[in-house]
Amino acid sequence: MRKRLVGWLCDTALILYFVFALFPIAWMVILSLKPADQLFSTYFSFSPTLDGYRTVLGDSEGIPFVRFFVNSLVVSVGAVVLSLVVGLPAAYASARWRFKGSENLMFTLLSFRFAPELTVIIPLFVLYQKLGLFDTYVGMVWVLQLVTLPLIVWIMRSYFADLTPELEQAALLDGYTRKQAFFKVALPLVKPGIAAVSLLAFIFAWNNFVFPLILTSNEAQTVTVGALSFLGGDRPKYNLTAAAALVSVVPPLLLALTIQRYLVRGLSFGAVKS
Amino acid sequence: MGWRLTLRPYLLIVPALLLTCGILYPFGLGLYYTLFDFSASKPQPDMVRFENYGAVFTQEAFWNSAWVTVLYAVGAALAETVLGVAVALLLHRSTMVGRVLEKILILPLMIAPVIAAIIWKLMLQPSVGVVNYLLRPFGLGGVQWTDTPTGALLSSIAVDVWVYTPFVAILALAGLRSLPASPFEAAAVDGAGWWYTFRRLTLPMLWPYVLVAVIFRFMDSLKVFDIIYALTEGGPGDSTVVLQIRAYLEAIRFQRYSFGISYTIVLWAVVYLAAMVLVKHLGKIQRKAAEVTT
Repeated sequence: MRKRLVGWLCDTALILYFVFALFPIAWMVILSLKPADQLFSTYFSFSPTLDGYRTVLGDSEGIPFVRFFVNSLVVSVGAVVLSLVVGLPAAYASARWRFKGSENLMFTLLSFRFAPELTVIIPLFVLYQKLGLFDTYVGMVWVLQLVTLPLIVWIMRSYFADLTPELEQAALLDGYTRKQAFFKVALPLVKPGIAAVSLLAFIFAWNNFVFPLILTSNEAQTVTVGALSFLGGDRPKYNLTAAAALVSVVPPLLLALTIQRYLVRGLSFGAVKS
Repeated sequence: MGWRLTLRPYLLIVPALLLTCGILYPFGLGLYYTLFDFSASKPQPDMVRFENYGAVFTQEAFWNSAWVTVLYAVGAALAETVLGVAVALLLHRSTMVGRVLEKILILPLMIAPVIAAIIWKLMLQPSVGVVNYLLRPFGLGGVQWTDTPTGALLSSIAVDVWVYTPFVAILALAGLRSLPASPFEAAAVDGAGWWYTFRRLTLPMLWPYVLVAVIFRFMDSLKVFDIIYALTEGGPGDSTVVLQIRAYLEAIRFQRYSFGISYTIVLWAVVYLAAMVLVKHLGKIQRKAAEVTT
């Protein structure tokens, strides 16, 4: 009897936490469906409308939100692809060979996670103005490496370390070159890891705010900065803000729900192994 | 062949390092800038050596920001740890409810902190926000959440807790699932109560996992920017101006570049020192946990 009561209390506590965790998202859905003239009146009874989304996605407030969304896609994918190209060999090398300074090099890479972003952004802001990289895709992709590269190297390193070297050695005996052994044996085996870490890195890049805030103004601006612009102005447009916020969280949330299991592994891996 | 073998790992790492150095260069450049009085009004700066740092440390605003930053980081890390471990323990009981909810645990963590702050800003509006609407039946309809100094700080901590508690919970849950079963079986045979088992077995063995989460959360909260930028912009007054916000105001808003960077360098040094101390402590805790397990 007492045991059942405790179990019931525990479940209630858990549900209460999840109400706290999920209510804000649900509330944004409600708010985004409210007609502009009913924003401040009756809370839960209103006639839902998609006008908010139409305005946000149709540029009608003078804010090119769709372009910001596309920009986010381009720079996040760009950063992930570039990080994979340079990060996979680095992760492989550091997992396979103990060499002089390897630990230090890896730690240097990781230590960027702990640097305050503004330390590099302010000089970059000055530098980008001079180099013409300010408010460009190239500039954003380059700087988003700070977010994606350490993540990819650290997580892929543990995936490579989990493979036994004998597999590649067998391939070498079969007449493969080192390069072929990497591309045809090692790489296919860590494919699930690559997929998971790419999506995790994509989400992190997508969610970044400080870099686009300071290093873009209009052309290369992303959704995280763009969503804020609906809060400005003299008349609060809460339904538009809610719609913009929701649209901007669709990609990360969809990805999170699809690859939930791998994300959890990636998140705890990335943290614990360091 | 020998030199090629020695060189190969370096060659594979070089591209990653080059990109990293691409970022290291502006960092060095920033460090160099702090020795000058570079600002928008003075594009031809003079060398002032360490005057910027002297000015940072004698500015009252710096000490205020440092205090706010510490309050925020300690408050957020502490609340997230307690709540996160509690959620992990509840999920670890693995009931039907737990298994269903565990799948969506990660959702707040996937939302950009700045978007989370926007969401909460809408919900916390004093007159039209839903939080006060829901509190009205309890006679608490008019709370000025982000318009009082204490309220603003607590609200921003609450947003941080909303976003990052799942992170602590995930790590703690991973830890709980990797604990060896035998000590718990032994304790159960001895008739140990829940509290005793928790305090003497679960917590000491789990602590290394939790501490990793705490380190990550504490370091990250020391350099919080986006949540506060979107929720309170540092206000009211100076009440939520954390160090990164202050650096932003100085460098970007007032365009005193050198002075603003000096702020971030000081913050960077603090974060590094804190990381070193905590990581050292982590080693000790891990050894202790190993003793409990054996």
